[in-house]
Amino acid sequence: MKNKKSSGIPLGVPTLTPKDFTSDQDERWCPGCGDYSILAQTRRIMPELGIPRENIVFISGIGCSSRFPYYMNTYGFHTIHGRAPTIASGVKMANPDLSVWVITGDGDALSIGGNHFIHLLRRNFDINVLLFNNRIYGLTKGQYSPTSEQGKDTKSSPFGSLEAPFNPISLALAAGATFAARSLDRDPEHLRSIIKAAFEHKGTSFIEIYQNCNEFNDKTFFLYTEKDTKADNTVFLQHGEPLLFGKEHEKGIRLNGFQPEVTTVTNGTDDLIVHDQYAENTTLANFLARMSDMPEMPHPIGIFRSVQHTCYEDMMTDQIASAKQQRGEGDLEALLNAGNTWVVE
Amino acid sequence: MRKQVEQIQAATVLFAGDSGDGSQTIGTQMTETSAIVGNDVATLPDYPAEIKAPAGSLAGVSGFQLHFSSETIHTPGDTCDVLVAMNPAALKVNLHKLKANGILIVNSDNFARKNLRLAGYTDNPLEDDSLTKYQVFPVELTKLTRKTLESTGLGNKDMDRCKNFFALGMILWLYSRPMDHTIRWIKSRFAAKYPEFIEPNILALRAGNTYCEATEQFATSYEVKPAQFAPGKYRNIAGNTSTVLGLVAAAHQSGLQLVYGSYPITPASDILHGLANYRNFGIVTMQMEDEIAAVGVAIGAAFSGALGVTGSSGPGLALKSEAINLAMITELPLVVCNIQRAGPSTGMPTKTEQADLLQMFYGRNGESPIPILAACRPTDCFDTVYEACRIAVKYRTPVIFLSELYIALGAEPWQIPDVADLPKIEPNFQNNVNGFEPYTRNADTLARPWAKPGTPGLEHRIGGLEKSDITGNVSYDAENHEKMVSIRAEKVKRIADEIPPTEIFGAQEGDLLVLGWGGTFGTIRTVVENKLEEGHAIGHAHLRHLNPFPSDLGEVLSRFKTVLIPELNSGQLRQLIRNEFLVDAIGLNKVQGQPFQVFELESKIETYI
Repeated sequence: MKNKKSSGIPLGVPTLTPKDFTSDQDERWCPGCGDYSILAQTRRIMPELGIPRENIVFISGIGCSSRFPYYMNTYGFHTIHGRAPTIASGVKMANPDLSVWVITGDGDALSIGGNHFIHLLRRNFDINVLLFNNRIYGLTKGQYSPTSEQGKDTKSSPFGSLEAPFNPISLALAAGATFAARSLDRDPEHLRSIIKAAFEHKGTSFIEIYQNCNEFNDKTFFLYTEKDTKADNTVFLQHGEPLLFGKEHEKGIRLNGFQPEVTTVTNGTDDLIVHDQYAENTTLANFLARMSDMPEMPHPIGIFRSVQHTCYEDMMTDQIASAKQQRGEGDLEALLNAGNTWVVE
Repeated sequence: MRKQVEQIQAATVLFAGDSGDGSQTIGTQMTETSAIVGNDVATLPDYPAEIKAPAGSLAGVSGFQLHFSSETIHTPGDTCDVLVAMNPAALKVNLHKLKANGILIVNSDNFARKNLRLAGYTDNPLEDDSLTKYQVFPVELTKLTRKTLESTGLGNKDMDRCKNFFALGMILWLYSRPMDHTIRWIKSRFAAKYPEFIEPNILALRAGNTYCEATEQFATSYEVKPAQFAPGKYRNIAGNTSTVLGLVAAAHQSGLQLVYGSYPITPASDILHGLANYRNFGIVTMQMEDEIAAVGVAIGAAFSGALGVTGSSGPGLALKSEAINLAMITELPLVVCNIQRAGPSTGMPTKTEQADLLQMFYGRNGESPIPILAACRPTDCFDTVYEACRIAVKYRTPVIFLSELYIALGAEPWQIPDVADLPKIEPNFQNNVNGFEPYTRNADTLARPWAKPGTPGLEHRIGGLEKSDITGNVSYDAENHEKMVSIRAEKVKRIADEIPPTEIFGAQEGDLLVLGWGGTFGTIRTVVENKLEEGHAIGHAHLRHLNPFPSDLGEVLSRFKTVLIPELNSGQLRQLIRNEFLVDAIGLNKVQGQPFQVFELESKIETYI
């Protein structure tokens, strides 16, 4: 079952083009940055979503990725480090008809804004979060981030970083994400399809995008994004399909006890894990998320989980409506005069 | 025996006991009843941060002081006429507040060895002669309550929970007060969750009342006639409730949806609790994961076209400061309520102080001018927070509303305003697409357009980076930065154009001007009234607007030989006044977590007149 939008976003005239979503500001990312691709795919998919431009709001924190809203000809708010989810929640709450997008990075969302990130997912506002994960602090010129590999040699860790990285999908699932997906800056078609799926999901949609920082962490995800190695190191998740990968889809993933293992599919696919992105139970999604921590396993790309839970803003709207029904529309005069009163003549 | 009724002008009663003894409850009930019978009232709750410190300990003592009068009063009183002490610890902590020959009612059942030891008494003060200068009434409150309730089927523990109402019944008798308001309150308070406590509490209340009537211990009761109030309709109101109603009114009158983001913190939580009740006004309250998120949702809501408000206390304000600065540079309406408590750091969360003023002025990076308003008494919270909302919307700026624990929790009679008389708040959203730029300005106020998402043709981007004049695009231009800094400062300065002239109570010029802000109002006014009666040339001015100051303030200060600024901090307004006006103002400062007492201010003033 696909979760369809039921929000009151009016359908726009479908004649917009990517150009209509391009602001008059020059993009100022480094040449070759993965952010350009994500921006281009976002501009390309926007006309297909059928929302009038004025109902779209892009909200970001701080970091390279967070310059993104300046380049979209929609409403935009470049806020402060880590806090975009809070501001986005306020924007959405005050006007649930808006299509709200949070643009963030691994430092912004998982380090300084880690608290807001998990609580946004827990509340399940109908907000789409695009996390540009490049495993490095780019705007501050190259310190290790909360997704950097342990032992990483950076400016702030010349003897190697001591910290174990977060797995963003696992973290999102643990926080109750109703939609969690992963895509690649260097796979435009897949990225567009995932952005569209995130939009169509009602509830907080989280997308981790593997993004290349060619200045400070070049090729960090090339194993998963480049032609020669991609097929053997990624598995594209398809709902209802077995987990197959390799250039000829000759490899599959099956369970051996509680461990995943790679197998060849010469003898059929019956023993392979079949993906179920709509499962309410998060066991499979968690398991798939943890595969990217296992060096011998391919990284899953695609939608890990997509389930429908009621959104915070809808519950709030319902509370307001039912309070009005039960107590009547707020009457200020009566409120001020409530309680024990007395009159002085 | 026919008992005597003595007419008196005013009285101060202090209820004190363990945190769980219900002193706040009966104090509030006595306040309500006194207000309803027409007295002027002022209250001072004083309770520990611990929810229930060990029973009988000094740390666990909770008190509620109530001053009621047939004259206009401004303070909860320096000293008390009556102290109700439910245990030895309550006696030990509060006895110094009781006047000589004052009435001391103690629950003698609690003066056994263990409780005496916990309070640090080696001998029972009821049995030695340490209390001879007071009228001591030892009452077996626990035993009498249990006896009253023996037929109710309640266990001892539950019966003991009703003894505060026995004590209240006594005090209501002592001051010739009716019990019906309290009885009505008990019925509605316990109806939903604890209906089994309705009858026992009423029985205990009546029993306390009858006890005083019957026993020979109490020979005299007192009567405090109604005070003179301006004609109108009144209710009793605490500062935080008054703040809640002011916010609801501002949202209602502006037609904006109120979105209140908050994180629980003493003493601001009651604003969140209060607003959460008013969903039928369309009010959204969001209890967020932290202080930053709480201000974040308010800013986001403001961007969306709502009335965004956040509330906290000093430590929370420290966390919010970066976000407040974002609202400042993006020039969005935002109201930030700071219900001050004693700092620094966690400080003394349940004690009052006015020491966040400089934090509000300067506690942000870069040049960040923000209007600051302070309420001066519980009822003034309504008007002041309403005005804060009006300024925020009109000038598109964050505004800080300052209250403080003393007036936030204190209560007094409130003349209920007429909704029709409330000032207009007009959002004036931008709708016109022609020539729209996000940082063009209103010629008078310098406010920028409020163009909310959802409006076709006004798509634009804002953010914390410095922006170009007019277009709002990101700019690192040197001249532009200086220009924008000065525009933002000028915008706040211009608010002074609509601040009414400074009102001076008493002498309009002369020897001494007492200049105050915030919750010191009551004490200052009381002292100045007293001194005026003695014929001194003394005036009192009290500032609601702390940034910007009223435009006539410099001239007002120049009319007096001495300017005295009493503050519950080490001299923060004094620094600002000296800085702005080069006036050598004198400070009277107290940083004890307690409000000024009348005598403290009086003795200071006497050296200047």
